[in-house]
Amino acid sequence: MGLFILRRLGVMILTAICLTFIVFFMTNLTPNLEKLAKTQGNFRMSDAEVTSWLGQNGYLQPMPVKYAQWLGVLPGWTLEVEAGLRGRCVNGTVTPEVMAEAPRFCGILQGHWGTSTVFKTEVGEIIATRLGLTAKLMFWVMMLMVPSALLLGVLAGMREGSRTDRSLSTFAIVTTATPEYVSGVILIAVFASSAVGLKWFNGTATGAMEDASFNNFFLPVLTIALYGMGYIARMTRASMAEVMTAQYIRTARLKGVKFRDIVIRHALRNALIAPFTVIMLQFPWLLNGVVIVETLFNYKGFGWVLVQAAGNNDIELLLGVSVVSVVVVLVTQLISDIGYVYLNPRIKIS
Amino acid sequence: MDTLGWGEIIIRILIQFIPVWIALALTFGLSIAYKRRLGLYGKLFDSMIGMIGFALVMFWVFTGIFGGAFGWIVTHDVLAQISGLKNKEPGIAVPEAEALGLYPYYLMGGDNLARDVFSRMIVGAWEVMKIAPFATLFAFMVGITLGLPAGYYGGRLDTFLSFLANLILAFPVILLFYLLVTPEIVLTGIPVYMAAVLFLFPIVFLTILFNARFFTQPAKRNLYVGLVLVIGIWIYLGIAWDADPLGIISFPPNLLVVFVAVVFVNSPTVFRIVRGLAMDIKTRDYVAAAQTRGEGPWYIMLWEILPNARGPLIVDFCLRIGYTSILLGTLGFFGLGLSPESPDWGSTINEGRKLLSIYLHPALPPAMALLSLVLGLNLLADGLREESLRD
Repeated sequence: MGLFILRRLGVMILTAICLTFIVFFMTNLTPNLEKLAKTQGNFRMSDAEVTSWLGQNGYLQPMPVKYAQWLGVLPGWTLEVEAGLRGRCVNGTVTPEVMAEAPRFCGILQGHWGTSTVFKTEVGEIIATRLGLTAKLMFWVMMLMVPSALLLGVLAGMREGSRTDRSLSTFAIVTTATPEYVSGVILIAVFASSAVGLKWFNGTATGAMEDASFNNFFLPVLTIALYGMGYIARMTRASMAEVMTAQYIRTARLKGVKFRDIVIRHALRNALIAPFTVIMLQFPWLLNGVVIVETLFNYKGFGWVLVQAAGNNDIELLLGVSVVSVVVVLVTQLISDIGYVYLNPRIKIS
Repeated sequence: MDTLGWGEIIIRILIQFIPVWIALALTFGLSIAYKRRLGLYGKLFDSMIGMIGFALVMFWVFTGIFGGAFGWIVTHDVLAQISGLKNKEPGIAVPEAEALGLYPYYLMGGDNLARDVFSRMIVGAWEVMKIAPFATLFAFMVGITLGLPAGYYGGRLDTFLSFLANLILAFPVILLFYLLVTPEIVLTGIPVYMAAVLFLFPIVFLTILFNARFFTQPAKRNLYVGLVLVIGIWIYLGIAWDADPLGIISFPPNLLVVFVAVVFVNSPTVFRIVRGLAMDIKTRDYVAAAQTRGEGPWYIMLWEILPNARGPLIVDFCLRIGYTSILLGTLGFFGLGLSPESPDWGSTINEGRKLLSIYLHPALPPAMALLSLVLGLNLLADGLREESLRD
């Protein structure tokens, strides 16, 4: 088991390095850098001025070197200019004394995430606050989605082919077929617009960032939860239906155990192994949903920052966002693998 | 002229859809009459869910073809703005329609640029039909060409390809879209190179397919492989490099980027499914028999394993078209890749949502359209799964 986890960890780190390099490569392509130079410096810069600006800020080094510096495994670049010294680890042009005091390595491994050009603050700070807001959203999504999806799946799967099964399965199919930007629009239209007139909830979740209430937070949570719910419910249903045809369930029925007890005592535990992995693997999907829903409801969380960073060519921020999302996805994959082995005694890793 | 009531609007919309109703009736009439001779497709008409799904899908297919390609169902030009109809309610009368020779009503109202919501929704169906099925097909070609050897041979090749697939799957899709579909990246030509690689797979796939089948009949083999290569490379040059020597085939560059992004996102999942199926099927007796006969590995993969994996693959194909439609909508929703005036459903929903609390009619029709199409595909996949499991 220990070796298995170690191997998985190794693959995970390799994956993370490859993915961050891809993102780094894509964001540091020449057109992006030229655009950055023009937005940071001056829109009427000539090509020569752009090149010198890029050179002064260390952008003209070879890609692998830049990546290693950004990661923090190579010492940050330094450069002598007329007015003094410039470097990756200091702000602007400084004297040699300041330079001597600055750390030599400054990459994300040392906690230097860079500065956002859009928000004009530290990337690490932005990500921490925004991630907190999104965590709040995700927590409530999970609280709503997981129990209702499991309930739906178990109810549908315990009597396969019955009328309950038919109607619940149809409901599950409808929710999986509705992407967030469709269900969100429909929910806002029905429950929040003055055109229908119900106005039960708020159409935006901006207020929920400080003070979340049922009124302003329910619609975004419901929108994300609905899309993921159908998939988990269908998986639970399939797994439940399979368990219900097993020999030991038949034995229990023949012994005269009550149907309710069979479901709760005998079937449920075995039926919930498969959905566990599915729930963990839903995270990358949920991340997608978060981006859409946060844009739709104007909730300024992590997904909203991703859109801002990508739309405004904010290289450092986009890199930070990518690192965090890639790590989240990989860690959930790891947990789902380990959890699966842990929950299911029939699988042995040798 | 007065604004139409809801009853009249519905009647007029139903009348506009007459070509679709006729086509649907013909399809269903013929299919049900001959369903015993049509294999799996015929069996679909035994399941209620499958039929409902098929009806929904075909409704949008016919709407897309008749409305978008032939221009029959649409009532107004999708870009035409008529002053005074901005955000007006459904059924509003078009001023001076008779004098200008226009359709006298905006059946589903006007959007925030005073364009006809109804016509835009219809043409939006065509935008989806143009990309989604083909992108899914390409993703399947890529997934099959790489997944079969990975599952059949296993070992190093499998480890490497699976690592690559997991790499792409670990990317949040939206981040990938933002990285691939921005104008700066398009400038560097990366999407074109990706297209150049991805679009090679169908040619490779078909060449190997025919070569493996007719290896012992050189005359036939040469004919088929030659045809595939000539036509394939001609289309390939036109689509991927925009360098068709005859100048007939070309592909709008922004559409190419969207196409490539969608294929790229979909193929790792297809790869994983095909790989799993190949690993399962390669232990069967008929594969061992073919190996004993001395058949080549590609013959076994493409003509023994692949046909026996068709059930799950067809089901996944339907689901994946739906997922691709959702992805296209996502691209439109974030304004990536498609032009801002494009009538595709994602862009229209995005535009309509901004005024959602006051005006519902610009956003709801495309939303419901997308919902019903994807729902239809899901139901169709469910019906197919049920019917293919039955025998």
